[in-house]
Amino acid sequence: MSNWLLIIYCGLITFLTRFSMIALLKKEMFNDRIREILSFVPSAIFPAIIFPAIFLDNSGDFQLENNPKIMAAIIAMLIGIISQNIIATIISGLASYWFLIFMV
Amino acid sequence: MKNKFRVFLKGVFDVSPLMIPVVPFGLIFGVLSIDIGFSPIETMGMSLIIFGGASQIILLQLFSGGASSLVIISSVGAVNSRHLLYGAVVSEHLSDLKLIWKIVISYFLIDQAFARSNEYFKKNNDKDKYFHLFGGGITCWVIWQTTTFLGIVLGAFIPEKLGLSFAVPLTFLALLVNDFRKLINVIVIIISGLVATFGFNYVPYKAYVIVAGVTALLTAAILTKLNKKNE
Repeated sequence: MSNWLLIIYCGLITFLTRFSMIALLKKEMFNDRIREILSFVPSAIFPAIIFPAIFLDNSGDFQLENNPKIMAAIIAMLIGIISQNIIATIISGLASYWFLIFMV
Repeated sequence: MKNKFRVFLKGVFDVSPLMIPVVPFGLIFGVLSIDIGFSPIETMGMSLIIFGGASQIILLQLFSGGASSLVIISSVGAVNSRHLLYGAVVSEHLSDLKLIWKIVISYFLIDQAFARSNEYFKKNNDKDKYFHLFGGGITCWVIWQTTTFLGIVLGAFIPEKLGLSFAVPLTFLALLVNDFRKLINVIVIIISGLVATFGFNYVPYKAYVIVAGVTALLTAAILTKLNKKNE
């Protein structure tokens, strides 16, 4: 599939998830139970991106020793829990990563 | 017309504070997309056509890992399933609109605009209130396109040695900061991460994101049910 076709399909599916409920919904189709479960979608999906990017190397092998990403991610997470601030979390993670690869 | 403009501006002002984190996110997206090998026009096209930060970054991540198109598209769909919830919540306020406005509003229904306009909709009941979501959405749209463009330009100057791809897991980590304090969320996060990491080499077609997501969502369903029984 060409890159452009891929981009257009991804755009379509993104649009359709936003549009379908606005266009079709009868309010009673969504009960509280479904709402509650959908609220877990970020917690269920994002870690599937986060964990492999931290613990695996480019060829998909475990990289647990000499891996500054693990320490940097832990620092970012702690700063995130304390500050509840998105920017502080990203910056503290990048700063500690750069500190570990360039200074230590 | 005057009232529509007033509500529109209110949307712009309400959503503006939430735009601060969008700036680094957009820059990172632009830089990474060029780094992975997409052309500047394709990169801009992603921000214009998809207009969704998490979707676009997942697209980059899976594309660079060699995932098939079908897996990429379904992973983007999985990430976007939260928008079903947003649509369901705001639909009752938009049910009288013409189809064309429903289409326009849907394009702009992003996390930040949803959060702010949903609060506004609950408190206000004039017929022009959808302009609030329109204003918030356009604000985010302008910031997203601008920062994507700046990221594309910056990308040419940023050395690979900086390891900016690490910004991807960091950005998603940052989006979860509010969930780290809730026990069920933490369990769901750990299960998703473990399934994805151990399944990375074994789940066919790089569909590990979907397998991990579905497993973790089922866990959430079971845990919330158990939690209710104990109450």
